[in-house]
Amino acid sequence: MKVVTSKPSPTIAADERSHEADHPTSLVARFGAEQPLKLDCGIDLSPFQIAYQTYGELNANRSNAILVCHALTGDQHVANIHPVTGKPGWWETLVGPGRPLDPSRYFIICSNVIGGCMGSTGPASINPTTGKVWGLDFPIITIPDMVRAQAMLLDRLGIETLFAVVGGSMGGMQVLQWTAAYPTRVFSALAIACSTRHSAQNIAFHELGRQAVMADPDWHGGRYAEEGTHPHRGLAVARMAAHITYLSDAALHRKFGRRMQDRELPTFSFDADFQVESYLRYQGSSFVERFDSNSYLYLTRAMDYFDIAADHHGVLAAAFRGIQTRFCVVSFTSDWLFPTSESRALVHALNASSARVSFAEIETDRGHDAFLLDVPEFFDIARAFLQSGGTARGLTGAGD
Amino acid sequence: MTMQQEVLPLGGFAAERPRNYRADHLLVAGMVERGSKVLDVGCGEGDLLQLLESRGIDGRGIELSREGVNRCVAKGLAVVQGDADTDLVNYPDDAFDYVILSQTLQATRQPKTVLENLLRIGRRAIVSFPNFGFWRLRLQLLIGGHMPRTDNLPATWYDTPNIHFCTIKDFVQLCDEINVKMERAVALDLYGRPLRLTAPWWFWNMFGEQGVFLLSRAEKAK
Repeated sequence: MKVVTSKPSPTIAADERSHEADHPTSLVARFGAEQPLKLDCGIDLSPFQIAYQTYGELNANRSNAILVCHALTGDQHVANIHPVTGKPGWWETLVGPGRPLDPSRYFIICSNVIGGCMGSTGPASINPTTGKVWGLDFPIITIPDMVRAQAMLLDRLGIETLFAVVGGSMGGMQVLQWTAAYPTRVFSALAIACSTRHSAQNIAFHELGRQAVMADPDWHGGRYAEEGTHPHRGLAVARMAAHITYLSDAALHRKFGRRMQDRELPTFSFDADFQVESYLRYQGSSFVERFDSNSYLYLTRAMDYFDIAADHHGVLAAAFRGIQTRFCVVSFTSDWLFPTSESRALVHALNASSARVSFAEIETDRGHDAFLLDVPEFFDIARAFLQSGGTARGLTGAGD
Repeated sequence: MTMQQEVLPLGGFAAERPRNYRADHLLVAGMVERGSKVLDVGCGEGDLLQLLESRGIDGRGIELSREGVNRCVAKGLAVVQGDADTDLVNYPDDAFDYVILSQTLQATRQPKTVLENLLRIGRRAIVSFPNFGFWRLRLQLLIGGHMPRTDNLPATWYDTPNIHFCTIKDFVQLCDEINVKMERAVALDLYGRPLRLTAPWWFWNMFGEQGVFLLSRAEKAK
């Protein structure tokens, strides 16, 4: 495959990015002083806003709403052109006409997580009390905080119960947190390539990424907005390291092998001689155009803190006791970031809670990223799970 | 050997035959009360679960093969990938009204432990298995001098998943040994038809191609 190498254009992108943080190109729900977001760290965040997108129509009895939860570097633009990058939505393989999540059938909601940088309040937003960017003054947020904010958004939209909550990776963590925190508000849950807790290895990779950002002199202790810089080199390195964890040895070998980039022989330098180097550099540089460095620190931290069992005296099954939600858990054979063993532990806990659960492991060599790619077997399962749930919930047209 | 041979619940049996359900599946489904909660261990591609769900039974499944699981989930069934030998321990006591082990017992590594787990997880268990005492199998070994193969057991000895074959007589002895009560027992002939209820045990063991047993826990330990 042809790999493109491009230089980052941080100044132009930075303007768009910081504009999106407070004035997103999407719907926004604003919550005033009377409706603070009660954070796990003990702080009441107020005021705050949640940026979101919707697709399709809510039906008369408000029973066809699906919440899509995005992963670490995703956002609310799940199935429309991204306002900053101009690229298609990040999950158009799953969401769209004729797809398993079809807007002609479901009312699909996707919101930017609290702490994000695409319009929901986060470290890149303006702190109303100082008039400056929050930066590291922004309180530490958790996965339960993200879900609490989403629940407030649904209250605002007048949606009591969700037909389904769907998400992969960090989005899958939110799915599981939804079922643990609001079991009666979730009819069905599709949790993909995720875990009920972040493993030591995953925390280690996140720490590597954070240290790369913080080691960049342009980070300025998190006050780069005031200094007029952005630690794009540090964030790019963090993204490069993380991106490796989203792939697999087999996928890297298949895509790149040891092939050279636009040259026949090594240059005996530290240029990107290999295609895989060029690819990673491109991944890093394109990421910094659309993502805020501090937001990356906050969201990786939220994932690190996630551990559902810890909130239930170490007994995972206790988190799901008596739950009526229908679960579908999906993992991928070559995913070593959230391996099948993590999904299996979740399934065992759900079984012990007598929850209705399906669990499928999809064979693929594409690693953790597989959940975002074109994997027909996964789509068949997602479609059938939602259709059988739709039949059980009495959604018209859901069983065809 | 002591057991009660009850009248089979064959109401609706003949009427449902044209829908191409397997005879042993119809027999098993007939043993399950409506509205109950069932775990099908080794559910294959989910045919029995679909039959059960069509009768208003809350069915769940475990299947070893990934392809089987994914086909079940793609049918909307609640099936998880797992192994009867290693994963049943993860289920709590009394989680189900019935646990079904259909044509799978002979493929487990620890049939006795599996059987004990079935009756721990479920208030009742339904177990069906190919009878290795069936006359055709005996004849192949006696006259042919080779490991038996039939249409229902086509695998050669070197690639068969069936590592713990038993006869109906063996199974009844195991049930006695681990203090399991047989509520109902049926032997099916080569065509899936139940043998005469009045037939003696040795007849079942000789002419039954498979055995289907409804089991429950005995009231008190020996």
